[in-house]
Amino acid sequence: MSATFVGMPAFPTAARGALADTQLRHNLAHATSTIRAKRAAVVGEVEEWEELRLAGAAVKEAALRDLDTHLVRLEESLTARGATVHWARDAAEANEIVARVARDHGADEVVKVKSMATQEIGLNEALAEHGIAAWETDLAELIVQLGDDLPSHILVPAIHRNRAEVREIFLRAMGDVGRPAPADLTDEPAVLAGAAREHLREKFLRAKVAVSGANFAVAETGTLVVVESEGNGRMCLTLPEVLVSVVGIEKVVPTFADLDPLLRLLPRSSTGERMNPYTSTWTGVTPGDGPQEVHVVLLDNGRTRALADDVGRQALRCIRCSACLNACPVYERTGGHAYGSVYPGPIGAILNPLMKGTGRPGIEGEQTDSLPYASSLCGACFEVCPVRIDIPEVLVHLRSKVVDGHRGDTVPKAEAVAMKAAAWSFGDSRRLGWVEKASGVAGRVLTRFGRTTLPGGRSAAGRIAGPGASAWTGARDLPAPPAESFRAWWRRTDGGRGEEGSS
Amino acid sequence: MTSARDEILGRVRSALAGVDRTAPEASAPRIAPVPDLVGHFADRVEHYRAVVERCTPADLEATVAAALARHLPDGSGRVVVPAGLSFEVPGAVVDGADGPGLSALELDAVDAVVTEAAVGVAETGTIVLDHGPGQGRRAITLVPDRHVCVVRAEQVVPDVPDALERLDAARPMTWISGPSATSDIELDRVEGVHGPRTLHVVVVDHA
Ligand code: SF4
Repeated sequence: MSATFVGMPAFPTAARGALADTQLRHNLAHATSTIRAKRAAVVGEVEEWEELRLAGAAVKEAALRDLDTHLVRLEESLTARGATVHWARDAAEANEIVARVARDHGADEVVKVKSMATQEIGLNEALAEHGIAAWETDLAELIVQLGDDLPSHILVPAIHRNRAEVREIFLRAMGDVGRPAPADLTDEPAVLAGAAREHLREKFLRAKVAVSGANFAVAETGTLVVVESEGNGRMCLTLPEVLVSVVGIEKVVPTFADLDPLLRLLPRSSTGERMNPYTSTWTGVTPGDGPQEVHVVLLDNGRTRALADDVGRQALRCIRCSACLNACPVYERTGGHAYGSVYPGPIGAILNPLMKGTGRPGIEGEQTDSLPYASSLCGACFEVCPVRIDIPEVLVHLRSKVVDGHRGDTVPKAEAVAMKAAAWSFGDSRRLGWVEKASGVAGRVLTRFGRTTLPGGRSAAGRIAGPGASAWTGARDLPAPPAESFRAWWRRTDGGRGEEGSS
Repeated sequence: MTSARDEILGRVRSALAGVDRTAPEASAPRIAPVPDLVGHFADRVEHYRAVVERCTPADLEATVAAALARHLPDGSGRVVVPAGLSFEVPGAVVDGADGPGLSALELDAVDAVVTEAAVGVAETGTIVLDHGPGQGRRAITLVPDRHVCVVRAEQVVPDVPDALERLDAARPMTWISGPSATSDIELDRVEGVHGPRTLHVVVVDHA
């Protein structure tokens, strides 16, 4: 595939140009405000929304506070239903398990449902090292992949492509990796979606092994749940003979009935629908229906570190709806790339430091430490969060941990005290500037950390996934994390308005 | 060497040392009853741009035949039905009638599928298949491009918690809320990407 766009300069010049493009900025703002309005409408029609949020938070909190019990129970239920349960301490262990299953079946390709967990562990790149191709299967991902392109926005990653461009990309590139687009392809979105349907169907019909995540895992019954929109999830979960699901240990819920508040909260918060088009559940192996070999990989990879943090533990309640991203004024400006992680936005600003730890030496640690400052503490994220994660509270807590971690540095005492106060706001550039210095060159090492190179030679930070129906489950290429702290990026570019080439 | 399992469980236990293991109780609220539950269900399904029709039990077979004729106008379309369907669909192939059922490739050559359902959720306009008799394996309602789905009035429940109470977690399930959809091209909503692009729901009223 070529990195040269029709009528556009080659990457990364094109990406810089695109980011500075006022039309694109307009599109992005339009996208977030459209989704915010949809969410507000369907949330508004639920009179008991606040009670529902409390119930959702309670379900996840109950699971987390007794997590060992529920994990053991989940393992028992799954095993009793014919599934094979694996445990993975970290990304490498999880990737190795998935690769082994694929190799055991002689597979040189797998089809994938969008999943944050597999993005987090860099599964596609790890599989590629084993000579196994991982086909992501949602439409936006296909457009970005075939266009040899970078996503412009986590929610609508192909928003920078108009329909005529999508047509060009499909006509030019589909034939290189599978079934070509029909020669008479028009630029009607329905026709373009139809071409994607045909192109991917060939892969679905022949795939032996599928890889998924899960939105929820029910301890009591061993039931896994995937929430999605396009039906590519159903294809992956139904047609292949072998299914491997990588599931973060925080996805567990105690009982089948506990799915209730969550299945009501998630689609309304995520895509602003009463219910997403498709939700699939499966409980181990069902003879004669769907995959006859089912694996579940229970992934830690820093989750137990977050669990040990009394204030931060609540972040593990996250159901990846992305409402906090859409509500966040900082995120709306930056579009996600500046967070340098598969988990961007307000939740990313707390989840990354919680899972990776604060105060670690080295540039990667400094990049992580800068994230709790990527917020104005305005509180919009908490208000929309369906499981009531008090993100501002955790941000303040993490800021103080960052300060503690740097106490041996040149920190003035008064400054440290100030940083512990909730009033310590993003708007104070002098104090933020200090953090930026504490963070130093933040992030430069990340470009070498578990990253890959995209066709066209630029580096990519693995993929990012959006939850089934939402932005969070999308599996998308991200540019490598910026070689500067979030704050430095913000100042240099005036919050992205003066963007002239970051990352 | 400690196994990954033991190490992760050990990390969880030490993370939770001293933590109160009981979370605050908060039961999920139920919505207020609506006067016309079945009508509400039909409205909500239609909202997703599915085709919705209501009929009497006596008219069911004719209504399904008309639905198929509407979506396959030249009369040559291939139709598959699951074993155990409680009504006749003339000319349809019964999946698994002899042998293991149609392969995915064979299903790809089928134009439409007719099934029943397990539950209808009024508030969200959702149809739940639990893939029992009359519904068939998951693949038969996934690969063909048109799905005619029959939901009976007595299967309609008010909301999600009522549906979960009726369903058996041990069965695989597919919750369907309208045809599949994407807004990935210019934020233009397109119905139907990988699942059936046409969803035609026949609601059978109380006898
Ligand atoms: S933290 Fe954000 S993504 Fe997670 S559940 Fe809350 S609003 Fe949704």
